[in-house]
Amino acid sequence: MLKISKYVIYDILRSKVLIAYTLFLFAVSFALFSLETDGAKSMVSLLSIVLIIVPLISVVFTTTYFYNAYEFIELLVAQPLSRNTILLGEFFGVAISMTAAFLIGIGIPVLIYSPNATGGVLLLSGVVLTLSFISIAFFASVAMRDKAKGIGMSLLLWFYFAVIYDAIVLGILFSFSDYPLDKAVIALASLNPIDMARIMVLMKLDISALMGFTGAVYKHFFGSSFGLLYTIAVMLVWIILPLIVSVRIFKKKNL
Amino acid sequence: MKTFFVSVSLCLFISFSQGRTIILSPTSSTKTFHDAVNAAKDFDTILIRAGVYSCINETINKPLTIIGENLPALDGQLKDEVLVVMSDNVNINGIEIRNSKRGSMKDFSGLRVFKSRNVRIENCTLNNTYFGIYLSDSKSVLVKKCKSKGANYGKSDTGNGIHLWKCDSITIEDNHLEGHRDGIYLEFAKHCFMQNNLCEKNFRYGLHFMFSDNDTYENNTFTNNGTGVAVMYSKGVHMFNNKFENNWGDASYGLLLKDMTNGIIRGNTFENNTVGVTMEGGSNMRFEKNNFFKNGYAIKVMANCRLDTFVRNNFSGNTFDASTNGELQENLFENNYWDKYEGYDLNRDKVGDIPYRPVSLYSVLVEQMPYAVMLMRSFTIDLLNRAEKNIPSIVPETFVDDKPLMHLISRK
Repeated sequence: MLKISKYVIYDILRSKVLIAYTLFLFAVSFALFSLETDGAKSMVSLLSIVLIIVPLISVVFTTTYFYNAYEFIELLVAQPLSRNTILLGEFFGVAISMTAAFLIGIGIPVLIYSPNATGGVLLLSGVVLTLSFISIAFFASVAMRDKAKGIGMSLLLWFYFAVIYDAIVLGILFSFSDYPLDKAVIALASLNPIDMARIMVLMKLDISALMGFTGAVYKHFFGSSFGLLYTIAVMLVWIILPLIVSVRIFKKKNL
Repeated sequence: MKTFFVSVSLCLFISFSQGRTIILSPTSSTKTFHDAVNAAKDFDTILIRAGVYSCINETINKPLTIIGENLPALDGQLKDEVLVVMSDNVNINGIEIRNSKRGSMKDFSGLRVFKSRNVRIENCTLNNTYFGIYLSDSKSVLVKKCKSKGANYGKSDTGNGIHLWKCDSITIEDNHLEGHRDGIYLEFAKHCFMQNNLCEKNFRYGLHFMFSDNDTYENNTFTNNGTGVAVMYSKGVHMFNNKFENNWGDASYGLLLKDMTNGIIRGNTFENNTVGVTMEGGSNMRFEKNNFFKNGYAIKVMANCRLDTFVRNNFSGNTFDASTNGELQENLFENNYWDKYEGYDLNRDKVGDIPYRPVSLYSVLVEQMPYAVMLMRSFTIDLLNRAEKNIPSIVPETFVDDKPLMHLISRK
């Protein structure tokens, strides 16, 4: 499995796309930190990059990579290797290189300009988002045979999590605003990795506003150490669950 | 010879008017504070040397000067009030007052001034007293450089640091008040002046006005209180150059204004509060040259406020600039700096060419359905806010700054 991952990483490094992604993140975060004197404000801008751009690139890159390496996968399947090993090897290869790109691109500027708890949580949430969206992209690519369909589906999934889901939540909150929604809101947030990541960072950034009457619910739940553990556990589920499903599909798939 | 007579008579006059000095120390002939007060005549001085003296509900009913040397302590032994002033022209300087009784039926205090004029209280420390300094029906009192730390029995069982009831022309300056219910409390107190006080960690308010007109407070710092300052049902209160900081909590404000008229709020800094200023039922209030930095909400102006003016304030780094609960009537917002303003300035007069609406769609949504806090900083919300900005339909139409400034107004 590790051998496959190693080949995948070499292959990705050769294509230069990942290096461009790293440089892009690096340049953007440096620009944000040096343009804005107030560290908290640049963190907010950086947060929107982590929440939107990072999942998008993860999804698109993973799907295109998977289809481009399709022949290589076919070749591997012909070898005496279990399909489990092949898919997980591919996953770890992509995951390690994407995470490294993120950590270099955003991690270094954050460590230089804002080496505090907020920065740490931002990096953590970025890494977890990268991993869960790679996992989701694997699911999409394994489920669809056609390349165009696969990329379309990953993009659709990204769009759903990044934009549509929050609109749906807004609709639900609006229709049920007369009811106590304390627990429902936590459940709703758990169903979207981007929301989880956002709330995790907000607990560090916008504490003063969240301390208001309604913010108390979030503060008491997500702000506690149990809340942090819960958040991390849910995010892990968002990495592992799509991966398990894609492994299952891949096992039965007629290549 | 003539000068000799003049100087002798002058000396006699001075010594007569100054009165005698009675020394109270653990070794002197006068052993108790009670005896010292009884022995003293009008305008005498009682000099108290370092030590602890029992003083239970001791009344000073003649003009005296009481001076402490190396902070002697008057101890109420938790039995009653400690010291009560019921005479004009009393000076108290450099004394520690400790251990008053607590109770809910009567407001026991460390030092009570009742129906007196021209009283000066300076450099005193109050320790473990239920109310610190309680001024009632008094005029022209000075409280300066005093320290009071509330007895830590919890929110429901602490009095106020400095409490004013039906007073006039009181000056309160350079005091440090900590851990009380209210740091300074004014009820029916007129023409009072407060400056350079530090009120911190008080359970309810740092400074609290009720029905107190024409007062001024300047250069005070209010930090980590339940609410920084609450000004209620008062007219003509002036608030200049104060700092309202770190007032965080479920119902915390830097400055809470309720049913106020003709106040001026100028040059203050509101930083790191859950809500910087909240105003309910204010009319003819003028907010000028204040800084609102890093608050959850900078200002909450309720729809029952009329004829208020906000000019040349700085709004920067706040999660929400403003919030309201309806349509505002006849309020003016002009020439403020808003860091979220995205307009342009084509004619280079440093005033933005398009109006700025400080109330975002999202803050209206949160006001209506509080659980929407969950979506803070979501991409979808950004999109909705932008759409609303271009074609305003939900945000209050009249809550608008027609001439927003392009740059932060610098203060010295």
